[in-house]
Amino acid sequence: MKLLYFAWLKTKIGIAEEEVAVPEDVRTVTDLIAWLKSRGPGFADALANEAVVKVAVNQEFARRDQTVGNGDEVALFPPVTGG
Amino acid sequence: MAVRVQTEDFDLAEELAALTEGNRSVGGVVSFVGLVRDMAGGEPISAMTLEHYPGMTERKLGEIEAEARRRWPLEDALIIHRHGRLEPGDRIVLVATASAHREAAFDACHFLIDWLKTQAPFWKLEDGPAGSHWVGASGGDDDAAARWAKSDPKAAE
Repeated sequence: MKLLYFAWLKTKIGIAEEEVAVPEDVRTVTDLIAWLKSRGPGFADALANEAVVKVAVNQEFARRDQTVGNGDEVALFPPVTGG
Repeated sequence: MAVRVQTEDFDLAEELAALTEGNRSVGGVVSFVGLVRDMAGGEPISAMTLEHYPGMTERKLGEIEAEARRRWPLEDALIIHRHGRLEPGDRIVLVATASAHREAAFDACHFLIDWLKTQAPFWKLEDGPAGSHWVGASGGDDDAAARWAKSDPKAAE
């Protein structure tokens, strides 16, 4: 799975993107966030307030119950502030 | 119709002229230009850096523009959004719409900028006297976008 982090999630996690093999029991966006939180203090800090974390799967906004797999591109970011 | 994401500035007169070049069906053009302010939340701002999600940004802007064309009879539309480091007074975004009549052009332009603010993956990092900080989402932007969810002229039929 290709993971991308933007804005302050990138700052807190410390990397902009990475390629990972997620465990088999990670089936949804909710599972993915729970697994990411267990990967270290930077992840735990960045994902502490899940309400302000938006997720896109293959460049489309995704709900928490959407399924994800190792072939997907998943991005995590705060609410957008362009314009 | 066009969507561009770029670091360079744009020339407003050139872009608006090109939008209607050779199209005699256009009766009106409406444009919105967003600029970097020198103040935010009562604090002076020395610069701003816009980050975006290459690929998804272009895709979302294309979808937003297609939605505007579905709702209003537009002859053409243009969205230019800059990214990278900008300073107060710099242009950030241009939204322009061309239609036979002004109502569609005004409404579509307003819709595009409101929708873009809540749908396009851009994030602002502001530099102020206390250092840099990421701008939080505005509830006002969500309210502005929600208004258009209720007033889709086609959905109301």
